[in-house]
Amino acid sequence: MGKTTGFLEFNRNTPNRKLVMERIKDWNEIYEVWPEDKVKEQGSRCMNCGVPFCHTGCPLGNRIPDWNHLVYTGHWQNALKSLHATNNFPEFTGRICPAPCEPACVLSINSDPVTIEHIEKSIADRGFSEGWIKPEPPETRTGKRVAVIGSGPAGLACAQQLNRAGHLVTVFERDNYIGGLLTLGIPDFKLEKSVVQRRVNQLSEEGVVFRTNANVGVNISTTDLMKEYDAICLTGGATQPRDLNVPGRELNGIHFAVRYLSQQNKLLAGESVATTDRIDASGKHVIILGGGDTGADCLGTAHRQGAASVLQIELLPEPPSGRGETNPWPEWPMILRSSAAHEEGGTRDYSIATKSFSGPNGSVNKLHAVRLDWIPSESDRKVMTEVADSEFELDADLVLLAMGFLGAERQGLLEDLGVEITDRGNVKIDESMMTSLPGVFSAGDMSRGQSLVVWAIAEGREAAHHVDEYLMGTTALPQVLA
Amino acid sequence: MHIPQLPQTKHGLYDPRHEHDGCGVGVVANIRGLESHDIVKNGLEVLKNLNHRGACGCDPLTGDGAGILVQIPDSFMRSKASALGVSLPDKGAYGIGMIFLPQAEALRNQCLTLIQRIVTENGQTILGWREVPVDNSMIGYLAKDVEPVIKQVFIGKGQGYNDNVPFELTLYLIRKHIETEAQALGLTERDFYVPSLSSNKLVYKGLLMATQLGDYYSDLSDETFTSSFALVHSRFSTNTLGSWPLAHPYRYIAHNGEINTVIGNINWMHARESMFQSSVFGDNINKLFPVIPPNQSDTACLDNAVELLLSTGRSLPHVMLMLIPEAWTDDTPMAQNKKDFYEYHATLMEPWDGPALVAFTDGTRIGAILDRNGLRPFRYLVTKDDMLVMASETGVLEVPAENVLYKERLHPGRMFFVDPQQGRIVGDEEIKNELANQQPYGEWLKLNKITLADLPEPEGTQNIDSVTLTERQKTFGYTVEDLHHILDPMVVNGQEPDGSMGNDAPPAVLSDKPQHLFSYFKQRFAQVSNPPLDAIREELVTSLEIFIGSEQNLFEETDIHCQQLKLTQPIITNLELEKIRNLTSGPIQSSTLSTLFISESGSLEKAIDQLCAAATLAIEAGSAILILSDRGVNKDQAPIPSLLATAAVHHHLIRAGLRTKIGIVVESGEPRDVSQMAVLIGYGAGAINPYLAFETIQDMAERKLLSYQLDYKTAEKNFIKAIDKGLLKIISKMGISTIQSYRGAQIFEAIGLNSEVIEKYFTWTPSQIEGLNLDQIEEETLRRHHSAYIERNASWNDNLDVGGVYQWRRDGEYHMYNPDAITKLQQAARTNDPELYKQFASLIDKQDRKLSTFRGLLDFKEPSTPVPLNEVEPASEIVKRFATGAISLGAISREAHETLAIAMNRIGAKSNTGEGGEDFNRYILDDNGDNRNSAIKQVASGRFGVTTNYLVHATDLQIKMAQGSKPGEGGRLPGHKVDDYIGWIRHTTPGVELISPPPHHDIYSIEDLAQLIHDLKNVNPEARIHVKLVSEIGVGTIAAGVSKGHGDVVLISADSGGTGASPESSIKQAGLPWELGLAETQQVLVMNNLRGRIVVQTDGQLKTGRDVAVACLLGAEEFGFATAALVTLGCIMLRKCHLNACSVGIATQDPELRKRFAGKPEHVINYFMFIAEHLREIMANMGFRTINEMVGRVDKLEPRVAIDHWKAKGLDFSNLLMRPEVPDDVATYCTQAQDHGLELALDNTLIKMSQPVLDNGGNVSIDLPISNSNRTVGAMLSGQIAKLYGENGLPDHSIDIKFKGSAGQSFGAFVTQGINITLEGDANDYVGKGMSGGVMAIYPPKESTFTPELNIIIGNVALYGATGGKAYFRGLAGERFCVRNSGALTVVEGVGDHACEYMTGGIVVVLGDTGRNFAAGMSGGMAFIYDEAGTFSERCNAEMVDLEGITTEEDANLLKQLVSEHATLTGSSTAQSIIDSWEQTRIKFVKVMPRDYRRVLEERKLVANTKVGSDG
Repeated sequence: MGKTTGFLEFNRNTPNRKLVMERIKDWNEIYEVWPEDKVKEQGSRCMNCGVPFCHTGCPLGNRIPDWNHLVYTGHWQNALKSLHATNNFPEFTGRICPAPCEPACVLSINSDPVTIEHIEKSIADRGFSEGWIKPEPPETRTGKRVAVIGSGPAGLACAQQLNRAGHLVTVFERDNYIGGLLTLGIPDFKLEKSVVQRRVNQLSEEGVVFRTNANVGVNISTTDLMKEYDAICLTGGATQPRDLNVPGRELNGIHFAVRYLSQQNKLLAGESVATTDRIDASGKHVIILGGGDTGADCLGTAHRQGAASVLQIELLPEPPSGRGETNPWPEWPMILRSSAAHEEGGTRDYSIATKSFSGPNGSVNKLHAVRLDWIPSESDRKVMTEVADSEFELDADLVLLAMGFLGAERQGLLEDLGVEITDRGNVKIDESMMTSLPGVFSAGDMSRGQSLVVWAIAEGREAAHHVDEYLMGTTALPQVLA
Repeated sequence: MHIPQLPQTKHGLYDPRHEHDGCGVGVVANIRGLESHDIVKNGLEVLKNLNHRGACGCDPLTGDGAGILVQIPDSFMRSKASALGVSLPDKGAYGIGMIFLPQAEALRNQCLTLIQRIVTENGQTILGWREVPVDNSMIGYLAKDVEPVIKQVFIGKGQGYNDNVPFELTLYLIRKHIETEAQALGLTERDFYVPSLSSNKLVYKGLLMATQLGDYYSDLSDETFTSSFALVHSRFSTNTLGSWPLAHPYRYIAHNGEINTVIGNINWMHARESMFQSSVFGDNINKLFPVIPPNQSDTACLDNAVELLLSTGRSLPHVMLMLIPEAWTDDTPMAQNKKDFYEYHATLMEPWDGPALVAFTDGTRIGAILDRNGLRPFRYLVTKDDMLVMASETGVLEVPAENVLYKERLHPGRMFFVDPQQGRIVGDEEIKNELANQQPYGEWLKLNKITLADLPEPEGTQNIDSVTLTERQKTFGYTVEDLHHILDPMVVNGQEPDGSMGNDAPPAVLSDKPQHLFSYFKQRFAQVSNPPLDAIREELVTSLEIFIGSEQNLFEETDIHCQQLKLTQPIITNLELEKIRNLTSGPIQSSTLSTLFISESGSLEKAIDQLCAAATLAIEAGSAILILSDRGVNKDQAPIPSLLATAAVHHHLIRAGLRTKIGIVVESGEPRDVSQMAVLIGYGAGAINPYLAFETIQDMAERKLLSYQLDYKTAEKNFIKAIDKGLLKIISKMGISTIQSYRGAQIFEAIGLNSEVIEKYFTWTPSQIEGLNLDQIEEETLRRHHSAYIERNASWNDNLDVGGVYQWRRDGEYHMYNPDAITKLQQAARTNDPELYKQFASLIDKQDRKLSTFRGLLDFKEPSTPVPLNEVEPASEIVKRFATGAISLGAISREAHETLAIAMNRIGAKSNTGEGGEDFNRYILDDNGDNRNSAIKQVASGRFGVTTNYLVHATDLQIKMAQGSKPGEGGRLPGHKVDDYIGWIRHTTPGVELISPPPHHDIYSIEDLAQLIHDLKNVNPEARIHVKLVSEIGVGTIAAGVSKGHGDVVLISADSGGTGASPESSIKQAGLPWELGLAETQQVLVMNNLRGRIVVQTDGQLKTGRDVAVACLLGAEEFGFATAALVTLGCIMLRKCHLNACSVGIATQDPELRKRFAGKPEHVINYFMFIAEHLREIMANMGFRTINEMVGRVDKLEPRVAIDHWKAKGLDFSNLLMRPEVPDDVATYCTQAQDHGLELALDNTLIKMSQPVLDNGGNVSIDLPISNSNRTVGAMLSGQIAKLYGENGLPDHSIDIKFKGSAGQSFGAFVTQGINITLEGDANDYVGKGMSGGVMAIYPPKESTFTPELNIIIGNVALYGATGGKAYFRGLAGERFCVRNSGALTVVEGVGDHACEYMTGGIVVVLGDTGRNFAAGMSGGMAFIYDEAGTFSERCNAEMVDLEGITTEEDANLLKQLVSEHATLTGSSTAQSIIDSWEQTRIKFVKVMPRDYRRVLEERKLVANTKVGSDG
């Protein structure tokens, strides 16, 4: 299988991104078309390892060597089948996954890993463009009804699996858009919304019922739900953003990242936003607090909105550029990562603690900060101390808080249901993903805490397995996390 | 000292069924039939001179057995009888029975009464009894312990005698009747045994040494004790406690070899009995049953078969040819009438297959036959005064040279006998021609035999059904791997796929995944006691032809007997199957029986019973062929595992006496790989239609999913070709040549099936640790079936399971080397962090969730008082018992290989060269003191780079008999891994794939192994000689043989070991885990009191200190690690070693990839220290201070309680954990060194006489007599030279030695530069083995009058593995001349079959005829044949070579020089006359040029030219 010497013949290659000057003028995805022969060439680099570490690097257990090989040999439809065997939505992960499979790739021990993620995306997109991805409704229905609450990746995966197992699945979404963070959190330049919509369409055509503006626990009674459905799966995400309690936090112009990002996405979807509510970076000095992916999403969005300057600051020190000795292959490398958005401008700064905000007229225009030192301690963890006399201030017309999430929202759904919550603020589940309420399951960020889309899909699939087993006594739905 | 009796039945893991023997055979006969005492005397003399081929165990005075078969000395017996008052009737009208009786009087009287009664019942009279006088004063205590009372009984014709039944047959009937009744009385052969009962033959034998026989039986020294022939035999058995009955000769034959198919042969014979009808025996025929009684040796069984067939009225040669036919197939060049004879008889019975040299007699005629492979030597000479002397060796009887008429050897597949009536020797051609013409066999075949081509095309065949394909694939357990990893390579390349890095997945019985029943059956393979065959290079001896249909009464010979369907090979297409299915009228009819069962628990057993009943009914209705079909599976009907269906029907019909009335064809969706097909045939299938494999391939071809696009027809052809090739490989690894005799031979052992299942369906198959019952087998089938028919059908069900058997997959089969374990091990080794090692060890050892090894199911019994850790022997001492595996340079990169050596040398442990030789520059220490010289040097069948210098630079020499990943097969190094450096070290041609022969061509038997051990010990007396075996049932008895053969170390290697390249089915389905083989070895060695003189090592997936502790408790004191050591160096189990594409620079020779190698000696050292420390902790907890205390303490192990695993719970380890009860003074670990008897070597004299030259240079001339007991002459002297002077030795003619006489085996082995030897006389096998330099010339005695170029001068396998030197032989050589020669130049006047096989260098000149299969696999060097008749090309295997004339002057000069030297050194008149008329003769030479070699020479020329160009 594979091409024995492919990895020696070809270097790692990724599809070209559009020129920065061009791409920041629109909201479209930034990659150019990847010619088929290039994809095949990259597929041929896969060594079809006896122990494919990529496979363990992937939460879904994607059969990476198999489809690399199928792509290399031009069997796209089979590649798609193999990919779909473990992943309901490869077009999502192929775009926005940080791809833990790649640093785990055996080639990355002493060379560059296979371009797994782009190959995945190519397979999925090809599947849609060729019309191979069609609704696959079940042949028979069990008559069991399942409610899935939350239409993010976990909810969608769970819904699709259960629907295909013959259950009648209704997805409840409190927003007016299906897709959760896929639709509202992730900017179009990373994931165009048509990509989400075509998949949602497939689910609908398979028989999954979507109910939007359906906020269970608020405008829909949980009691009714418990009565009407044979099982419920909670996939509402970890939507409570981490806040920053410093002086000046109440000033205008300081927003949570998700609010900022979702507003932009809604605008692009054609919704109108009242001017008073509008968060626009145009002509502004933008500061993003938080060095993660959400921060990078804000960065790209701010540039496209025409920000005067963008600075992304991080509490932690700047990560090294390569693996440290204590962080060997195939572990996830703790290194400096740059996303495409970082190519588009803006600067990054590290070891900075925000002390306060200030500004005239109730609006922020300065951020006051101090430099940090990270001192190694006995407990293996570094301890931060402020560097004396290092206080400084920055221009800040718009401040975006992208510092992560603190678990599921309690009020409404969860309080109403009365499910147990863990110390970390997540919905508590047992090994079969059931909450403290019989028949009520939970998956994704809501029970796992803030994580990756790939984990959300994995959890959704896993939950479906357990729900099916709960409903029917047996199940043939695959287990992911076993 | 007194040790108890070896058990006669299965005890622990020891089973007497697995005992083996090897031997020396001799015959002395007067061709005119003149009786004399001299014949007997000479027979005993021959026997004495074969003594070194026998062996003795722990008691130096107890031999393994010796015996003599003679004609009844009438006058001697008459006088002895008359002294007893018995008057004997005329010669021939009385019979004498030689009887072994019990010592216990009561029991003895019971036997005597029994004989009396039965003789009378059969209407004959007992004339009297005679005590046979014996002198047991010289025999050993072990022999004495079991010595019988020996009597002779005289039987005369009584009233019941009638002339219709020959007296000899009456005596046969009486003996069989006695045996059966004795058995019924509970008497075993050890109590009561009849060596002979005949009117013309008499056997004297016993548990004696060859030298003792004549003294023990004083009859034999009586001058009046005469015979016209004497057939003698000396036995070498694998265990100590041989028995009196097991000595040869038997009643008709003496045998050197093994019958590998004996289980099948016995079963078939038993199945045939119900069809026997004889006008001679009438109703009495029942007294002959069982024709072959149970619990006998293979030779005894063969003897029974000979006797039975003789009783059908066939002549003795006829019988022998039926049992041991020569190689014949449609394409063999052979007269048609002979082919017809063989083909006709193939429809009567299957060959008794295996290496066999059989000397046979019917009392008047005596002859010998050699099997088709010719693996046992048999030399003979005829004197001018009509005496024939033949034996396993030449020189066993002193015959004045001038009295020799001619000297010959028995050729493969040939026979001859002495006909005293005609007073001459009747040769092979004449015998066979006469037999072939005695019936119109060709006519009979033409009228009755059917082939598939004769049958009409069927109307329609089963087509691909793509709708249900996936469902059915799932039902039959197809995985993605089956499609792409197994079927695809078979279809695309026409051979089964290779894999690498061994097997780290659980055995079938421990797997959580439902396994095919096939997976519980492990292929057995030949090691040591008989050789595997070489199905690749010696294909001409193999055959896949098979007959199916109904057999007839063996007592007749009619045209109807061959009314059967002949298949050219056993895998049939759908079209061919339909042809067979359509046979509904006519002489051969088929019927199809469904093998489906209702897919509900509890239905399987009933379905099998019904199937068996249906089979009986079909036979009664006249069917000759049964098609067992699992077509039509659906939601409600699941398939009975095809193997279970086949074996159940097979054994049911054997029991019912119906089996030979039908042939079984299996039509099944289940089998798809080579091993699965082999198991089906092994349990009785005559043909297999793997329809789902075909459908799957067709589907893949049509959907263009194959890795190389093929049309379906080609794909199907390739698939069948791949299976056929694989089948040949599997049968040949057991030493079996024909599929016909493999069918039903059950060459498997089960692992993880319980006795109930075995007894009912797989009768006689060994299964040592119990396991699944029928319900669990059913459960496995139903789990697969349910996965195919999921109620709520959905798209995810379209996907086949990933498999993950050959590669790790997250949702696939479990592997111990998984990402976690690999990572932890590497990080521990690199950082030297004990905590990380502990995490690794816990992943491997704690098999709570995933059972993966049998050792994981064993727990330590810990005493209440552990010992303090600091009292346990230090890690630095323990690691000295560690070795790394035999991984060759070539398999892995130079960097990796040298890193391992450095690491092991630093800690006083041992690395192993593997079979690839070693760069002699590594014998010099590095500047920093590091030593890259591997302590263990391997000697494998390819003998790559095995020079004298290599051998002397080792502390341990390891003879690789088998390799865990592919026991019974040769090593393989793909051509792309043979770069210039590797080629240089191995003395081979770069770029050419290196296949080493499956057998060592100097080891065809246990006595041959003893010989190679002796050879190696001679060349390097300080080195320990290892013998590497692979765990399988019976390995313990082989290990006992190794200990008796003076091996210093025996390595029991597991089935799971890694490798650079092996067929996947071999990695998975051959051999056993070490737990079983090691435990058996320990038990058998201890029971035989042989443990104290040998070190036991084990290896195979050892990873942690716990693994080592279990191995130690089971009996090992040294331990090998290969895969784990490589992992510490960076191996990530890519499993691409065979592709040269290892991305971490380990298993590759690609210079770019080698740069990526990042391993360090420290990593390996850290790991081994972790293991040692881990082991110490366990030792402390268990209360052991030293390893020696711990070895073999199985009483400290116990099965883990409460194993809650649906399959594993049936396992039973009590046999494994059996500790032999022996007195305290019987050693349980190695306590003493072997006595190699080196002080007897002639080389001691040579060294003494050469000492001045060795010390100071100069030269010396030596002149000595030599005899066949002088073995391995020249090796010890050569070893000394290599040690002192290295690779290049001494100047030419430093030591000139002249011998006169018949040299023993391995004459001139490992001779090195500076030694010039001449031998006037002749020599035995292995002349010039491993010759590294020097010059050797052998010519006949000056006094002889025969024509040298027509007479044999040296034996088989001369110059095997030679790497240099020159050798000249005036006369003919035996078979396999110059196999794997890689540097010697030689001239000989004629050679046998398979000459120059695997040759990679040197020059061979043959001035006369060659045998068949010349140059098979030859990839280097050149050969020149003086082809006067112009027929050489017929006998040359042109697969890899071109034949051409002598076109260049360079060649002509070289050739002329060699021929001239030959004339000068040997006085050859043939050579002289060629030189004398050179211009006429040179054009008659044919040059044999390997194509690969030519390519390389041309490439080099090109490079040289370019260099010159650029320099200019």
